[in-house]
Amino acid sequence: MTNVFNLTWLIPIPPLLAFFAIILFTNPHKRLSSNLAIGAVALSWVMSWLVAFAYFGNWHVLVEEPFALSLPWLPTGTGVFRMGVAVDAVTAVMLFMVGFVLTMIFIYSHGYMTFPGYLDPALNTDGLDPRYSRFFAYISLFATGMLGLVVADNLLMLFVFWEIMGLCSYLLIGFWFDKTYPDPNQITPKQAGLKAFLTTRIGDVLLMIGLLLLFIMTGELNFQAIFKPEVLEHLAESHLAIPFLGAFSAAVVIAIFIFWGAIGKSAQFPLHVWLPDAMEGPTPVSALIHAATMVSAGVYLIIRMQPLFAAAHHGENGAMLFVAFIGAFTALFAATIALAQNDIKKVLAYSTVSQLGYMFAALGIGAWVAATFHLIMHAFFKALLFLGSGSVIHGVEHGHHHAQHGHGEHGHGHHDEHHEAYFDPQDMRNMGGLLRRMPATGWTFIIGAAALSGFPLVTAGFWSKDEILADAWYTGHTLVFWTLAAAALLTAFYSFRQVFMTFFGKPRTEAAAHAVESTRSMTVPLMILAVFAIAAGWVGIPEWFPGVGAILGNPLGTMLGAQAEAYHLHHKPLPPQSVPLLVSIVVSLGGIFLAWLVYGRKPLEAGQPDPLERWLGPIYTVLRHKYYFDELYGSLPNVRPALILRFALWLTAVLRAFDTYVIDGIVNAVGNFGRRFARALRLFFDELFVDGAVNGTGFVAQVAGSVLRLVQTGQVQFYLLIVLLGVLAFLAFVQLGL
Amino acid sequence: MTIPLSWYLLLAATLFCIGFFGVLSRRNAVAALMGVELMLNAVNINLVGFWRYVRPADLTGQIFAIFVLAVAAAEAAVGLALMIAIYRTRRTINVDEIDLLKG
Repeated sequence: MTNVFNLTWLIPIPPLLAFFAIILFTNPHKRLSSNLAIGAVALSWVMSWLVAFAYFGNWHVLVEEPFALSLPWLPTGTGVFRMGVAVDAVTAVMLFMVGFVLTMIFIYSHGYMTFPGYLDPALNTDGLDPRYSRFFAYISLFATGMLGLVVADNLLMLFVFWEIMGLCSYLLIGFWFDKTYPDPNQITPKQAGLKAFLTTRIGDVLLMIGLLLLFIMTGELNFQAIFKPEVLEHLAESHLAIPFLGAFSAAVVIAIFIFWGAIGKSAQFPLHVWLPDAMEGPTPVSALIHAATMVSAGVYLIIRMQPLFAAAHHGENGAMLFVAFIGAFTALFAATIALAQNDIKKVLAYSTVSQLGYMFAALGIGAWVAATFHLIMHAFFKALLFLGSGSVIHGVEHGHHHAQHGHGEHGHGHHDEHHEAYFDPQDMRNMGGLLRRMPATGWTFIIGAAALSGFPLVTAGFWSKDEILADAWYTGHTLVFWTLAAAALLTAFYSFRQVFMTFFGKPRTEAAAHAVESTRSMTVPLMILAVFAIAAGWVGIPEWFPGVGAILGNPLGTMLGAQAEAYHLHHKPLPPQSVPLLVSIVVSLGGIFLAWLVYGRKPLEAGQPDPLERWLGPIYTVLRHKYYFDELYGSLPNVRPALILRFALWLTAVLRAFDTYVIDGIVNAVGNFGRRFARALRLFFDELFVDGAVNGTGFVAQVAGSVLRLVQTGQVQFYLLIVLLGVLAFLAFVQLGL
Repeated sequence: MTIPLSWYLLLAATLFCIGFFGVLSRRNAVAALMGVELMLNAVNINLVGFWRYVRPADLTGQIFAIFVLAVAAAEAAVGLALMIAIYRTRRTINVDEIDLLKG
């Protein structure tokens, strides 16, 4: 059985090979490229599940001694850095989720990345996106990054795969880089890609500082080596001096630096701004990278490094508190923004930010098992929701085309004018009543929304969210508990606002009235994911829960709990608690009920403003503008940036001037002095003496040669005459005794 | 009455000078070669003269003279062959015009 684990290092390889095969060889053959990518990722999926289930079968043995395989990689001067793979309980559950979700999304992309001929009849694209092969190459490379990150046994490898994913995220957000919008303030895919890349870069740099500090302090980046109690103790007890702030425990400093990497990658406040704009990428990308896998890599990193955070917690300055604060704040903050968004994908994006905040809050209060559980469940239902939204967008786009076509038959005069008007197929105000037109998409989307809202007892989201709330209640983090409960209420509200606006009521536009259901390769992954969005949660039902709890026995919680104990994380199974359970049922059902009151009972009419706009007034405007963070960060091209930013820009200008005139001045002066001195040396020493000696030698030889060559007449008789004269001279010399 | 050694030496010196002058002054390479022969024979006279007057008991002088004759023959053969070769390529054996080694 343990031999199966030797497959672990192979898991990231097939998509990498597919990536190279596509970019190097099969690029011109679109379907071949996509089949290759899907085949490769399916192979990875099979291997991940083999490994994951082998682990689930033997976890009693493996929690204490995780499987590890490594080989020497880099000589570091003091030793050899080893590269390898390791499988513990977290890796196993991540492999279970990642391999599966990747494959579902690859299959979905096969149907999604089409390019209807009517968009540009001049292009002969076989109905596929012009850059179809490239898309599959990128997502294959991404799959390598994610799978590699999960199996990596040390932080350096993790960081490498982390950056591979960052690159793929950038490439895929900007996949339609030539797309522009009539509104100059609407961010284009190209800008969104840059924004995502640059924003996450802030976090990545801080993460790298954290890794360097860790390596300096311990000489190790391997997880198992760092998690040894003596190493953690050493970290917690040594101190690092931070300029202006004083000395802190090394564990706290490193943990906070590492957490900043997660803030960037998982789009937490204050680096959350990139994720909603990342929705400019193709929808499978939003589902894959910006909901299920890459953004959860940040959470995964903190889950992975939890022993370090726990060690930091024992010092007086808890890094965990910071994590809990950022997480809980982001959970509520992003949920409020999601209330006022009309773009179907933006709502989901803010909900992702909010749910990731949930997980961080859970990690911050030490609910390690609950956070991991929620991470996996969230990946299933959020991938489902994003893929569902992609299907909706596709359907509405088709409907839009269909409606236009219909109009064209009635009056040609209007046709062109109509065609020019910009139609946003992602705006929920343009939808309505889609459930009848797109039943498969609609019902799976509703299941996803129910899971996201935490619909009681049935859905996966309920069990994972409930466990986080229960943990917060049990450990006495009342503030975190109520913040998360409020966020859960808002989550249920905006999820069903989305459902009611999109699928119920009457169609608000011709496009929605003519929408068509998507192809089988898109709906089948939706259905499979819908099953997981419900059933996956059953593995984590608390044992004390009446009926089902005893039968299922909470296998996930037990296994992760054992792993937590192996990492000395002070995990205790929660006792039955009624308050959090009731609160989580009430907020979930309450949110759904409120959404029904506002949007379900009396559906929006075409052109009718959102009722919230009237009730919330200026608050709504603030939410609509996402608390003006884009304005504050100056990321909108045509909006005058906020005062603080203008001050920052002014400061930059001042500093730049200082740099140009003072720093550069000194540098250039030193440089110029060197140049002048060298020039003087050249003129007065090198050219005069050194060159003089060299050239002089040559000149003497030349003059001597030109004189002596006259002797060489080539005539034998002349030579003989000279010999004669020479002999005579010699004789005269001898005879006359000169 | 015998002829003293000095006469022979004078004859040889005269012959040598005539030969050397020939070598230096003749334009024709064959004539210059003939001058060389004269110089060689002047040496022969010296060798034979010294043998006869100084060490008549030894055969050294005679042997040397025969040696020189043989070398002279070989030299004449090689020299003439060179002349012919030069004539074939350059159509002249005027030594003033043969100055390929001019610096």
